[in-house]
Amino acid sequence: MSAAAPSATMGGPAPVPATGSSALVPVGDAPGHLVSKAAFDPQSAVRLTPEQEHFYLASQWMLMWWKFKRHKVAVASAVILLLMYGSTLVTEFLVPYNLHSRHPDFIYASPQSVHWVHEGKLVGPFVYPLIKTLNMDTLKREYSEDTAKPYPVRFFCSGDKYEFWGLFEASFHLVCPPEGASLFMLGTDRLGRDVLSRIFYGARISLTIGLLGIFISFVLGLVFGGIAGYFGGIPDMLIQRVIEIIRSFPELPLWMALSAVLPVTWSPLLVYFGITGILALLDWTGLARAVRSKLLALREEDYCTAARLMGASPKRIITRHLLPGFMSHLIAAASLSIPSMILGETALSFLGIGLRPPITSWGVLLNEAQNINVVALYPWLMAPVIPVIIVILAFNFFGDGLRDAADPYR
Amino acid sequence: MLRYVVNRILLMIPTLIAISIIVFAIIQLPPGNYLESYIAELQSQGESVDPQKIAFLKQEYGLDKPLPEQYLRWAAGMLKGDFGYSFEFNLPVTKVVGDRMFLTIIVSAFTILFTWAVAFPIGIYSATHQYSWGDYGLSLLGFLGIAIPNFMLALVMLYVANVVFGTTIGGLMDPSFIGKPWSWAKVVSILEHSWIPVFIIGAGGTAGMIRKMRANLLDELQKQYVVTARAKGLPPGKVLRKYPLRMALNFFISDIGSLLPHIISGAEITAVVLSLPTTGPMLLQALKSQDMYLAGSFLMFLAFMIVVGVLISDLALVALDPRIRLQGGVAR
Repeated sequence: MSAAAPSATMGGPAPVPATGSSALVPVGDAPGHLVSKAAFDPQSAVRLTPEQEHFYLASQWMLMWWKFKRHKVAVASAVILLLMYGSTLVTEFLVPYNLHSRHPDFIYASPQSVHWVHEGKLVGPFVYPLIKTLNMDTLKREYSEDTAKPYPVRFFCSGDKYEFWGLFEASFHLVCPPEGASLFMLGTDRLGRDVLSRIFYGARISLTIGLLGIFISFVLGLVFGGIAGYFGGIPDMLIQRVIEIIRSFPELPLWMALSAVLPVTWSPLLVYFGITGILALLDWTGLARAVRSKLLALREEDYCTAARLMGASPKRIITRHLLPGFMSHLIAAASLSIPSMILGETALSFLGIGLRPPITSWGVLLNEAQNINVVALYPWLMAPVIPVIIVILAFNFFGDGLRDAADPYR
Repeated sequence: MLRYVVNRILLMIPTLIAISIIVFAIIQLPPGNYLESYIAELQSQGESVDPQKIAFLKQEYGLDKPLPEQYLRWAAGMLKGDFGYSFEFNLPVTKVVGDRMFLTIIVSAFTILFTWAVAFPIGIYSATHQYSWGDYGLSLLGFLGIAIPNFMLALVMLYVANVVFGTTIGGLMDPSFIGKPWSWAKVVSILEHSWIPVFIIGAGGTAGMIRKMRANLLDELQKQYVVTARAKGLPPGKVLRKYPLRMALNFFISDIGSLLPHIISGAEITAVVLSLPTTGPMLLQALKSQDMYLAGSFLMFLAFMIVVGVLISDLALVALDPRIRLQGGVAR
């Protein structure tokens, strides 16, 4: 401004004060200093101690990590989830039996407990073999333990053969049943399959369906929410309406309808992807709304205006300033919506219209416990619900911790 | 006010049309149409197919017509109260459904009342006693309510009732009333039987509601008007009753929009486990046998219920909240 003022009044005698830096130069004997050539040092007034520097100059993700660490329950949940997901990589090695190994002699065997002390002596973990008797009154198989001789459980041993990741054959297990006895820690089902081993195998499907589903719904949410928030106007209105309509459907019945119309001819693997897609198809609306509102809010922030004035391109503004600003919130929101997906799959498979048998998820396992008679006679078939509850709780606490940490400056 | 109500109701129409198009698309999704597979099945069993009936059905649904025309026929029929034809039961859908839809409404309404009755006092307690043992205990209970799938809760309750108490639960009324016309005794019987399903269905939603109520009330309690009210010497109970609670009440009603889909989902699956005479078991059966017109009308009905529920909650909000009433803005 000050440079333009004199030029406008050119011609006449200018009583205007001298412009620019010359105004700052004091009259008379000037000190030898006009403008410091040295680089600006923001710390010239107060120098930060190394500890302070460590704290004040930490990156956003570092701050989040510190804040997350303070939420003890969330950290514990994260560890549990990590262990569970880790176990799916080496399921074959961890469990005593294979997914499909049947034991016709032990149908509906009740859970076998692992003992430590035999006749007053410490033996280490061992089991007593099961004896089956058929109760002629109720026609129910009854199992009792033969406590004559302890059968120590074997560790790092060879048992059922499996194909590890479809790469090579192996028979190496962490625990195996003792020779001449069985190891059904959570009992067996109607075909004499070990429930515990099947729960471990089921984790593969149940846990990945949540991750895969959230990935799809994350992408959908980013794209549609991004379009709505960035372009505004008609696309925004259209997308908002679609979201409203999808949200006015009851989730489960719509999931049921969609998964029931998956062609029967599809292979189980295809059905797995189909179900994942269906779960994600109805889940993205929440994320899209979050993306949209965050985009709308952050676009108007001062730092965004500042970046624009400094000449940053839209691409740079979005990737450098907007995305990091709400990515953490989105990740937290996504981790909070994984449980509903896992529950959805479990419910669908429980009802018998989700995944189909050779593929085993926790819901497929619970499908066996659908009948009240089964539940009353063989309550251990309800065991797969325990990991479901643990995972849901863990994801909830983990997501809570992430959400708190997502805003580390508060 | 009247203008707002009319506007709001008019706004429902495009939503319902869009929903009906989606439902119709789902009905059409299974490869081939039901009629063809039905005829094939009858022929494979060696039964004769009544050509007259086939012709009637074909004509009724315009199965030989293009899809848009089929949709219009179906939608127009729905407006007249004709929901289509259940191929599995060989009856019009309205006859098959009977009072299942009505019972679904009753159970859902009870569940909402239950959710409110439980979540309201507990939410207030948790918020006013933040970080106390009571708060922690109730929060844990709430988290468990979210984490336990309600079909599992239903099974466990069945198991407990069966093994511990030696009684059976399930059903919505005494068996002697099934199929009987409505009477006072039948209503009483339904009331007696419905509290267990209502508890099971409501558990998850209640837990979520408590968490939201707590968070909302905590936000309100930190606002300056509360400080002002305290500073002028109002007793704590009165401060709570007079100001923040009224704000929270708003949220209770406006939250129906997200609560209702949740409750209906829970009601469907719980009904399957407890074999309640509501839409759940029949929807599942219809889907399994791909009796798509029956399934479609159930889906349409459930979605319609939610849309109407949200409408009622919006209207109630207008009546309750002067800010919305005076500005004439749309709630939410």
